[in-house]
Amino acid sequence: MKAPIISSWFGRGQVEAPPDIESATLRSDRFRLEREGDWKRLEAILVRMEKGGLRRIADDDLIALPALYRTAASSLSVARETSLDAATLAYLEGLVQRAWFQVYGPRQSFLRWLRSFIFGGWSRAVRELWLDICIALFVMVAGTVVGWLLVAQDEAWYYRLYPGRIGDPRQPGASREELLQVIGHDEGAAGLAGFAAQLFSNNSGVCILAFALGFAFGIPSLMLLVHNTAMLGALLWLYDGQGLIVDLAGWLSVHGTTELFGILLSGAAGLHIGRAMAFPGKLPVLGSAAAAGRRSAVVMVGVVIMMIVAALLEAFPRQLVTDTGSRFVIGGSMLVFWLAYFILYRPAPRAGDAA
Amino acid sequence: MSARGKAGTTREDKRARTLVTPEGLTLPITLAPRASRAGALIIDVMIIVFGLVVFRLLMSWIAQGLLAGTMLDPDELSGGALEFLNIVYVLIVFATWYGYFLVQELGPRGATLGKRMVGIRIAARGQSRLTPEAVIARNLLRDIEIFYPLITLLILTVAAQTGEPVGALGWVLAGWFLLFLLFPFFNRDALRAGDVVAGTWVVERPRTKLASVLSVQGAVAAEGASEVTGARYQFGDAELSIYGERELQTLERMLRDAPDEALHAVHATICRKIGWDPGAGDERAFLEAFYGQLRAKLEADLRFGKRKADKFS
Repeated sequence: MKAPIISSWFGRGQVEAPPDIESATLRSDRFRLEREGDWKRLEAILVRMEKGGLRRIADDDLIALPALYRTAASSLSVARETSLDAATLAYLEGLVQRAWFQVYGPRQSFLRWLRSFIFGGWSRAVRELWLDICIALFVMVAGTVVGWLLVAQDEAWYYRLYPGRIGDPRQPGASREELLQVIGHDEGAAGLAGFAAQLFSNNSGVCILAFALGFAFGIPSLMLLVHNTAMLGALLWLYDGQGLIVDLAGWLSVHGTTELFGILLSGAAGLHIGRAMAFPGKLPVLGSAAAAGRRSAVVMVGVVIMMIVAALLEAFPRQLVTDTGSRFVIGGSMLVFWLAYFILYRPAPRAGDAA
Repeated sequence: MSARGKAGTTREDKRARTLVTPEGLTLPITLAPRASRAGALIIDVMIIVFGLVVFRLLMSWIAQGLLAGTMLDPDELSGGALEFLNIVYVLIVFATWYGYFLVQELGPRGATLGKRMVGIRIAARGQSRLTPEAVIARNLLRDIEIFYPLITLLILTVAAQTGEPVGALGWVLAGWFLLFLLFPFFNRDALRAGDVVAGTWVVERPRTKLASVLSVQGAVAAEGASEVTGARYQFGDAELSIYGERELQTLERMLRDAPDEALHAVHATICRKIGWDPGAGDERAFLEAFYGQLRAKLEADLRFGKRKADKFS
């Protein structure tokens, strides 16, 4: 950690006139004095860019920026071969590095990136993960089946998968009426919006966890998927026992098609990173992990959006629409929408979009 | 740069990396020390938490206003208004937590407020650009590295104190937390897990001001003549070929910032080395003259392709 340079906080804006070039006795200092004006102009532009983006910079400064950057870069390479002035060299190195960050820095602001993300970037990233999505889907289906079979063999598993909350009627031996009541409806719209916000915060947390756990070669992501879907399998078994499985599926499908899809994608994104680290192929491990990480991060932003949609669906239509048929229609159309968006929506990438 | 290699690897050198610009120019960059990164994170978290607490207080103040509007009768309170406040709060917490890092690190400075205070920024490893995807990836990973295990541990501690059985989960979480916390210590570039996944690293932000030109002032400009005594220092070829670039640049640093007492010692050392009789009272002029002539000689050699890295070469 460097000590802050106090003089740089005050004394801004007072530029002392550069000394006369001819008065310098050393050739390398004359070289420096001849170019110093350009360096200072570049530095002033950089300071303004770092402070507030491109808006505050005059057009001709912006046009001059690449040329000034190249001037400074070439000054640096000449100075390295001709000058032994350590202070000037250090200044030039710092200046060129700062200019490099601006000239070759992030090209898009967050909002512009978000726009290109929704119109094409997201579905492209999801398609790039197709193999991981297939694996994660298989794992999720397997988890559901395993959950069902475990509970069907031994009811004790139910309590282990679904640690009973007090007052929750969803337990083996519950009557048909009790089970129906859970998937019925609440009294009205009051309280649902807050419920949605809580659900969203909670669900997207789970998804980010599934993604981030992919770092350990993807195995914890898969375990998380298995655990969550095994709970689903146990629940399905419970309702099947009372012949209510269709009602439960309708109840779940309203938000479940979106939410389970989101969980599927985040598990796949985690797996993608894990797979890239375990089998990096021709790239070095770090490079492979970084490439996979960037691809999956795009998918994850999408998952957060899906979780917002799922929470809204879970809070409002699911509690307000009580008819199983209508519930299937809502859930089904959401599923069709997502599938169409990810598979059929393929706009050509615009020039300038970072893929 | 061979002189640096010979001098042994100091802490500073261990963090030095080079970056090749698209123009083919190599630029030295310095990785940020782990301590300043930890400091930056602590500052950032404090800013977020403090901001959210202030916001929460503001919200509860508004809620009290609502309560007062209903003659302090909670049953009269419109559920909608409180619920609305609650939703706004949850969403703002979420947006602040992720937005704070994302928006600032994607900005032109590539640093959050905390990082700016300690003078570091993020950059893409290698020669690639920093992309929004990379920034998103490194910030999503931060949650599982630090905050999830930390919060879960806190909850477990509270649970254990109320007498609930916790089991081995606490140890597993502590191990997890330590694993990620110590991750930057087990790779050369001090990468944390998020940096690995995003392809980024954290570097020091250069902030060197352009120093003054030495050869227009004092005895360097006057070709060895001292302003104090009027004496003229002239060094011969043999005297100037003792030292190399490394010593020249050390002398430059001394001339720029060192106090006069330190210059006395340097003056005495150089005089002994070149066989002069050290006088007193005119040290600065002597050193300036020596610096000017040594630099002129070494730079002239440089133009012919001869480099003398230090006094041993």
